[in-house]
Amino acid sequence: MATSLEFPIFAAPYLIVAADNLIEINDVDYWYDKRRAILSGIDMVIPRGKVVAIMGISGSGKTTLLRLIGGVMKARKGEVRVDGQLVSELDTAGIYKLRSRMGMLFQFGALFTDMTVFDNVAFQMREHTNLPERMIRDLVYLKLNAVGLRGAHRLMPSELSGGMARRVALARAIALDPMLMLYDEPFTGLDPISLGVIRNLIRRLNDALGATSIVVTHDVQEALELVDYVYYMSDGKIVAHGTPQEMLANDEPLVHQFVYGEADGPVPFQYPSRNYAEDLRMGARHG
Amino acid sequence: MAERSALSVRGIGRFTTDGVLRLGYAARFIALTLLHSGTSFRRFGLIIRELYFTGVLSLIIILVSGLFVGMVLGLQGYETLQTYGSESALGVLVALSLVRELGPVVAALLFASRAGSAMTAEIGLMKATEQLSAMEMMAVDPIARVVAPRFWAGVISMPLLAAMFSAMGIFGGYLVGVVLIGVDEGSFWSQMQSAVDFRDDILNGVIKSFVFGVAVTWIALLEGYDAPPTAEGVSGATTRTVVTSSLAILGLDFILTSFMFRGV
Repeated sequence: MATSLEFPIFAAPYLIVAADNLIEINDVDYWYDKRRAILSGIDMVIPRGKVVAIMGISGSGKTTLLRLIGGVMKARKGEVRVDGQLVSELDTAGIYKLRSRMGMLFQFGALFTDMTVFDNVAFQMREHTNLPERMIRDLVYLKLNAVGLRGAHRLMPSELSGGMARRVALARAIALDPMLMLYDEPFTGLDPISLGVIRNLIRRLNDALGATSIVVTHDVQEALELVDYVYYMSDGKIVAHGTPQEMLANDEPLVHQFVYGEADGPVPFQYPSRNYAEDLRMGARHG
Repeated sequence: MAERSALSVRGIGRFTTDGVLRLGYAARFIALTLLHSGTSFRRFGLIIRELYFTGVLSLIIILVSGLFVGMVLGLQGYETLQTYGSESALGVLVALSLVRELGPVVAALLFASRAGSAMTAEIGLMKATEQLSAMEMMAVDPIARVVAPRFWAGVISMPLLAAMFSAMGIFGGYLVGVVLIGVDEGSFWSQMQSAVDFRDDILNGVIKSFVFGVAVTWIALLEGYDAPPTAEGVSGATTRTVVTSSLAILGLDFILTSFMFRGV
């Protein structure tokens, strides 16, 4: 398993409990049905200020892990700590308090379709603060300016392109200067220009806000250019982790197939089926 | 044979437990909605906005339908009453039919198809496009912010719409009975005034429409909130809202009528 020299704090995630880690996940299991685990034995630490990617093929448990961190679901076994707080022990009010310090960018933005761009970004400020409307206006313009869409504040979400919608959603997610940003497949369905813009914004906003970011993605090139560290998941387990360079050099077959986009390998091209020749013979018989 | 009967017994069992679970879920949903209604009343603007969408935008269909139902009542009522030489009682017939029954019931059925289905589709799509999840991740409770204002808007607007339906229906009856056929205007209004009782007729009609408002809005919101987040899921939920609401309105109408008007 790869380790990092650049960020020694990652060296043995399951052993380290440091004040500098914003998130600590220890031996976490999750399942809907006990016979089929979604996550098993997950150990992970995410230090403050870093951008960390959780990668893996669809169905590997990435989004579930993100939901455990956001307190949407509770771990069946093990501990998820965010900023020192054990998420599974928080009540609804505690979870909401924690979430008010998080921002999340959803796969397709999830903008409120009945509100303008301005109202979308102002939503959290109006819900969680008693700021006067004049100050909210200034803050919204600041956030929209950061994503380059101050001029679009009057538009409705239906009038935005996919890339613009994602940027507005990003402005909304950073509305209250969160300590933790969660990105769920932020690059899906974007054109190359929008993709580059979003990638740069993730890094720039993370550094400017002094936040910590977790990017769940299967977009290899973008992720490896953007992040400080990568966890690779397969079948509910972490099978490798390291810096982007270490992941590129990783010879674990699963990681290699994923990073280089090979059609066949440990993840087979064919869905499990009977013998091909047998199926063809059956077809001939039916004919 | 034994295997087949075991399967059907199992099917009945599953149907029953699913039904009980669904009822429990619906009860919990309405309890949570009531419990989290504080935000809606503290920020009444949220309810007013929904009143516009559920109430004001339903006005056209309610008023036009009320007018036609009243006109048909005028025609049919006149046909029957003139056989007994009591056409002067046309106003009473139109008013009582509308205020006691047709107003609350037809207005509620129209409300279920117009506003109820829209509520289900809107909330279902909000769920499918992760807007509700986004709200939760922003530490805002969707029950308090999305469901409760719509619930109270439905409950408030339903009796008002039913009253407008009845008023428009009476006007339709007047147009056909008095203006078109020539029933005496004085007896049309005076008999109506003396025969329609505020408590027994109007208040009971308002109570009915309030109950229908609760039922329709509850069903519509529950179906939307619980809809599978797919195109088929939202479309199925919208259909279920209209079907279940309509059946609930007719069933509740029978129960309420049997308590309110027992021919005493």
